[in-house]
Order: sequence, then structure tokens, then C-alpha cells
Amino acid sequence: MPAVTETIDTVQSVTEGAYKWGFETDIEMEFAPKGLNEDIVRFISRKKNEPAWLLDWRLKAFAMWQKIEEPRWPAVSYPPIDYQDAYYYAAPKQTVKPRSLDEVDPELLKTYAKLGIPLKEQAILAGVEGAGETPSEGGRMPVAVDAVFDSVSVATTFKARLEKEGIIFCSISEAVQNHPELVRQYLGTVVPQGDNFYAALNSAVFTDGSFVYIPKGVRCPMELSTYFRINAKSTGQFERTLIIADEGSTVSYLEGCTAPMRDENQLHAAVVELVALDDATIKYSTVQNWYPGDAEGRGGIYNFVTKRAQCRGRRSKVSWTQVETGSAITWKYPSCVLLGDDSVGEFYSVAITNNRQQADTGTKMIHVGKRTTSTIVSKGISAGRGQNTYRGLVRVAPTAGSARNFTQCDSLLIGDQCGAHTVPYIENRCMTAKVEHEATTSRIAEDQLFYCRQRGLSEEDAVGLIVNGFCREVLKELPMEFAVEAQKLLQISLEGSVG
Amino acid sequence: MTAQPSGHPSGAAGFLHRFEGLRARLPGARLGFVDALRGEAAEAFRQQGFPTRRVEAWKYTDLRPLAAAGFDEPLTAVDSAPDLPPAHGAARAVFVDGRFREDLSALDGLPYAARSLAETLPGLAGRLGGLARIDAQPMVALNTMLFEDGLVVTVPAGVAGGVLDLVSVATASERPEAFHPRHLIRLGAGASLTLIETATGPAKARYLHNPVYEIEVAAGAALTHAQLQQEGDAGFQLSTVYARVDEGGTYDNFTLNAGARLVRNEIHAILAGPKAACHMNGAQLLQDGQHADTTTVLDHAAPDCASRQTYKTVLAGRSRGVFQGKIHVHQIAQRTDGYQMNQALLLSPEAEIDSKPQLEIYADDVKCSHGATVGEIDAEQLFYLRSRGIPEARARALLVEAFLKEAIEGVQDETARGALDAAVTGWWQRQERAA
Repeated sequence: MPAVTETIDTVQSVTEGAYKWGFETDIEMEFAPKGLNEDIVRFISRKKNEPAWLLDWRLKAFAMWQKIEEPRWPAVSYPPIDYQDAYYYAAPKQTVKPRSLDEVDPELLKTYAKLGIPLKEQAILAGVEGAGETPSEGGRMPVAVDAVFDSVSVATTFKARLEKEGIIFCSISEAVQNHPELVRQYLGTVVPQGDNFYAALNSAVFTDGSFVYIPKGVRCPMELSTYFRINAKSTGQFERTLIIADEGSTVSYLEGCTAPMRDENQLHAAVVELVALDDATIKYSTVQNWYPGDAEGRGGIYNFVTKRAQCRGRRSKVSWTQVETGSAITWKYPSCVLLGDDSVGEFYSVAITNNRQQADTGTKMIHVGKRTTSTIVSKGISAGRGQNTYRGLVRVAPTAGSARNFTQCDSLLIGDQCGAHTVPYIENRCMTAKVEHEATTSRIAEDQLFYCRQRGLSEEDAVGLIVNGFCREVLKELPMEFAVEAQKLLQISLEGSVG
Repeated sequence: MTAQPSGHPSGAAGFLHRFEGLRARLPGARLGFVDALRGEAAEAFRQQGFPTRRVEAWKYTDLRPLAAAGFDEPLTAVDSAPDLPPAHGAARAVFVDGRFREDLSALDGLPYAARSLAETLPGLAGRLGGLARIDAQPMVALNTMLFEDGLVVTVPAGVAGGVLDLVSVATASERPEAFHPRHLIRLGAGASLTLIETATGPAKARYLHNPVYEIEVAAGAALTHAQLQQEGDAGFQLSTVYARVDEGGTYDNFTLNAGARLVRNEIHAILAGPKAACHMNGAQLLQDGQHADTTTVLDHAAPDCASRQTYKTVLAGRSRGVFQGKIHVHQIAQRTDGYQMNQALLLSPEAEIDSKPQLEIYADDVKCSHGATVGEIDAEQLFYLRSRGIPEARARALLVEAFLKEAIEGVQDETARGALDAAVTGWWQRQERAA
């Protein structure tokens, strides 16, 4: 069964809006001792067999983290986090790293099967390594997947096929071993260690994540994808993703996340760095479905993520698309620094908060190069007691002659207990630049609901339909494989919010 | 901290120091409620000091040049006769360096009461400080600590008050002076008033004009409040307006920022009763070396209220404009209709504009939107005019005028609109002459 169909089935079988991905996998895990100190940083680095420079880099980050104050400005509230009361390293216990999926712990694979993710490509891979190198059934484009389980990357599919093109797609730990020069050249150049509290934390203790390098002139033949899952109790997930698109290359990258149900809060503090050189294009899509906590706000993931792209080259382009339906708290601003002349930044976002979820998300577009353009389309949906904030910055430097920005932020309110907030910052120091911002807030119109209801749709289906329409501009930016899944997710996330 | 020639320390400490010295002599010193209020304000100001750019509300306006200067209280001669700006109506209240001047004012025979605050303090218990907030508002705390005078207007229910000019004139002085007038305006049910405020000062004089307004608009009343800020080019103005509008009342504010080296105009309006309305419009016309900040906070605290805001900024030379506007819709404020637009036109490559519109919404049945645009004069529009034989300078002037018109047209009151039109035209003519 194709992954997408399976995903839909998985999703459709959901009743009463319960979190489908709330299972826990019983796998032997290896933990580092609880708490955070220099020794833990050293432990992680040693476990990963890292070179000395990387350990130094981590220690420097740790020293910075101790000096930075936790940000309090986002419009979210949560009890203080005890950073000493968490495990910073948790890995499925394996003596040897698997060379193919069938060497992977079957329990782990079952987890991914339950997630209904395209890792199902493993069916093809199951026998021979080469079998997966051809597109799967129905001529559907294959998706190469890097799966990160708690802290450690467990499998990367389609590796050989990608290698033929010269593309490097592996976990960042592997990249540190096999391509240290690339990692050293780019790591921390987009998000420096001391960038912010969570980025510093991540830099000190990141355990895995994906690494992508697309060589000059190569158009990546398939979607690259990472699945993150937090499984172990009291663990934080600190993955680090680094994507480099060399001159004239193109890549589309997908990211999905889930976590089991727990009534405690878990921390996810990732850093994603993208580098686009001359004429390169990176498309980065996220479907974030971390456990949002229960209806009373117990448990759920704290998703404090730093994502940033640098368009370093002329005519380079980075496009962020995100569908944020999960997490108890989301704090995330995928940004573009447009350095190269004529470079392009895009941000398309749907963020849903239901029950007691809180989201403070948006983007930053920093225009430095001439004729740089950026587009921001943000759709926020608040239901239940959710609080949803768009926070964004458009900054135009004096050097960015004829730069252009367009921003559209729409908020939809469902119910009178929720909140929708819009906080854009516009800073322009360039006379010839043109910046436009628009924001609206409204609720689902009675006449739209009535129209759907009198045609026999249930209230919930009607809301789903209207919400999907509201988000269309963003959903159409998603790669096809994800668009369907995202639409279903929207509907599930809103269950219980009407009637 | 550098000692000033006068011997006072500078910045916040300077003001606190002066307050300690003046406390027993300030108006209302023997009135318990006034003295207590001043004491609280001094404590609040001591704790907060001058806001720095690390404070979110002051992210774009740096008060360091102000904090660094040491200001003294004014030593204006009681019989000084400064030039007054043209009058818009028959009634006029004149303040010279923040002190009421009965000899220059014309307040007799009005159908409402308009008097000096210093003289009416005993009757203001409960009203003074009723709306102004000293917590998280250090400049308001400073005003409360040191105010000497102000205008108290009370328009009885049902009375049409007509036009009242409120004139503030700063006089030239050897040493930097600061004055902190406190104006209280109250309109009874169904009353109306047009308040046109003009603030001027001499060129090159360093002074601080730090007024605070507490405005109450009762049910069905309508207040038009035009603020024409034309302070001297080295002056500072930090003005804070608090307006509360009850059921069916209207508060119509227009702010023109054309003078001062640094100005911050903060307006907090609360729509406290159903079907209340608020219009805020403004124009900032900035030349080389000027910094102007308009910050609005519109609280929709009752259902069925409407608010409209249009702000325009034109920036020439090395100037910096700031607009921050927040619409806060409380959960009770169902069926709110809120709209805000702010636009900036850059005439110079050295100008900077920072804009932060903001929506904070807790009710679901609302229609709220905001928009912001920043750009230079549209090349196509310019071409259109030039192709019809209009010289470039004239064409640019026309386009700037048209850009500003939109904000002025929103002003309902004719007298106020006329005053604004004249002020804008005057600014532009000076611009053209300079060029």
C-alpha cells in the first residue's frame, strides 16, 4: 500500500480526536545520566566519536548557554523548565549500526509503520539494497527518508541512488565522520552557537539530525525527508539539520514529527541551517505533529526551534512551508537572510492551536542584497482555548535597493475562548524598497457554515472544509505527498472544537 | 553620571533629585491625595528610570539624548509675551512653559468650565490619575511626579462646547527646561467639544514638553481632539493621551507631528461602553535630524464598538519615523469592527521607518484588520503627471499632498480639518522653499 494511502487510512480511523501517534515503543534504550553539564556534553561527543574541534565547539556553546537568559518575550506561558531534569542523550541500543533497514530493530520499524510514513519504502528495500533504487509502484516519486528516533538517526533510505548523483544525504553524525570538512565549513555559520538560548542549548547537546549536500548543478531526483520521533521518557530532542545547496542545485526537503502521549512536557529544541549558493533553490516543508497535550493542557511537546536560511548566492531561493498542528507550545521563526542580489525568500505557514495549545510563530526576512524579494503568507487558526500569535520581522537594509516584500497574515477564530494575535515588525532603511503588510482576523462566517450544512455536511466536516479553503494558499505549496496528509491533519486537530 | 552646570545630576536621577527639592512647593503639596500620588509616581519612576530600547514598547525610540540632558524647571517671567499661533475659535487656553496664563487666555462666558489645574486641584480627588497609568509608563510617572499645571475642562451633559484652542508655547532659555502639564478633559453625556491643541517653541532651544491627558467621554458625547505638534527643532515632546469612551460616545483624535527633534505621541483609548467609536488619524512630516514616534493602543473593552486608524509618515533627509499601533480586543468585545492602516513615504535614501502594527484578539465574532505599506513615490504616478506637463517638483508635491490627504479626510470636524490642512500645507511649503 502506498505510504500516502496508508497515512490517510491511519488518519481516517481516528475517532474523537485522540492523538493517533500516542503509542510508545518498547525498545531497549541507552541513556546518558540525567542532567546537563560539561561532562554530558563530553559524553555525547565521545559517544559520537567526534573530532576535537567539534567538542570544543560544543563546549563553547555550552558556556554561552549558561550566560544567556531564557526568552520571555513570546506570547506563551509555561512553568519554568528544569533543564537538569531531562536526559540529553537517548539512543536505541544497538551494538552495530545497521547497514540496511532489515538490520534495524523490528520494533523500531513497527513504530514507523504505525506512523504511516513513507519509510514504508522499506518494503522495497527489505530484500536487496538495490531494489529500492527504482521508483515505487504507481510511478510515484520516491522519497528518501532519514529517520531520527529520539536522539539518533536510525535509517537513511535510497542512499546509493543519491550517491550516484553526488548528493550526500545522511545523519549529521555520519557527516561528521565522513565529510568533516563540509560540516566544519558550514556548521553554525547560519545559526551561530550563541544565537539564542535554545540554539545555544542545541549546539551544546545536539545528538543527531540530517545532513544534506547537493553538488553544483544537481537537481535532487527525489524528495528528501526526515522523520523525528521522541519516544523515550523525559528526553529532550535536539536535532541539528544542515542543508547546503551548491551553485545551481535544487532540493526539496520534508520534515515530519511525532511523539508519544505523556502527561509530562518534553522539550524539542532543534536547529536547522540552510545555505543556498548562486542559483540554488531549497524548498523546506514541515508537517509538525508533535503530541499537543490533552484537552486540559497536560503534557505535550515544547517545540522551541531555530530555523534559518541564508541565500548567499545571486538568484538563490529558499522557501519554507510549515503546517504546525501539534506541540503544546510552539516557538519557531523559520527565517531567510537574503544576502545575494536577486535572491528570494518565501514563508508559507499554517498554524493551528486547539484546546490549550499555544503557538508563537512567524518568520524573519532580512533583505541585504539588491532586488531581493520575499513573500510571507501566514494562516493562523485558533480553537478551544488556544492562543496563536504570528510574529514576524521584515528588515530592509540600505543596501537592498528595489527590494520587495509582501506579507499576508490571516487569523481564524473558532470559539470565544481562544486568542489570535498578530505582531509584525517592519524596519525599512531603503528608499527604493517596497514593503506591504496585510492582516485580517475573522471567524468562520455563519453563512458559509449554513451553506455547507444545508447540503448535508456535518458541522465538523463543514468546518474542516472551510478551514482547508482558508489554508489553501499554503497547502498548495506542499509537495503532493504531504498535502493530502496535511489536510487531514488540519481536520483532526480541530476535532471537538465545534458543536 | 555627569554633573550639569546647574549642579543637578542628569537623567532620571536628575528629575528625582529635583522632585525631592520641590516636593513641598509643588501645587497640591498640602493636599494628601496629590502628594501621595506624586510619591507613588516618584517611586514608580525611580524603579523604571527612562525606558531603554530593551523595553519592547520603546524598541524604536531611543531616549538617551533626553536622559543625558539635565533639565531644570522653567523660570519663565510671569509677564513674558511670546508670539502665539493663530486661533481657531474664540475660546483659548494658553500655557507658557507649561504654566497657565490667564492674561493670554480667553475662557470667559463659555457654556462649560475650563480652568487651570493648579487652581482646581482640591476638587480633583478621584479624577486626577483616574486613567493615567504610572506602572510600565515611566514618562507618565515623571509627569505625575512633577506636574505644575494643566487645563481642566468639564463640559456638562448635553452642552455643545464648540471649539477650544489649547496653546502650549515654550520660551527660549539659557538652560534646558522641562515642563509636564496634566490636562483633564471630561465630557458629560451627549456633550461635544472640539479641542485643538497647538504646541510650539523657539528654534534651537532644548526643552522637554511632557504632557499627559486624561480624557473622559461619557455616553453619547463626542470629542474631537487635534494635536498640532510644531515644537522647536531642538525640543523634545513626549505626550501621552488616555481616553475612555462610554456607550455610544466618540473620540476623534488627529495628531500632526511636524516639529521637535524627538517626539513620541502615545495614545491609549479604551472603548468602555457598547457602540463607542474611536477614530485616530495622524501625519508625521519629518525633516533631516528628526525622530517621530506615534504609538497607539486601542482597547476594545465592550461589544459593538468600531475603531478606525489611518497614519501617514513622510520622511525627508536623515529622519526616522516610527509607528506602533495595537488593537486589543477583549473577550467581551464581540462584534468589534477594527481597522488600522499605516503608510510611509520615503523621500530620502537616508530615512528610516519602523512600523509595528499589532492585533491582539480574544473575541471570535470580530472583523479586524490592519495594513502597512512602505515605499517611495510611485514612479508611474510621477510619470503620469510629468507627461501632462507638470514639472517634477510640483508633481512630487502633488503626490505627497495626496498621500497625506487620506489621513486628514478622516477628520469629521471641519475646523479641525481646516487647521490640519493649513499645517500640512505650511510644512510642505517650507520644504519646497528649503529645496
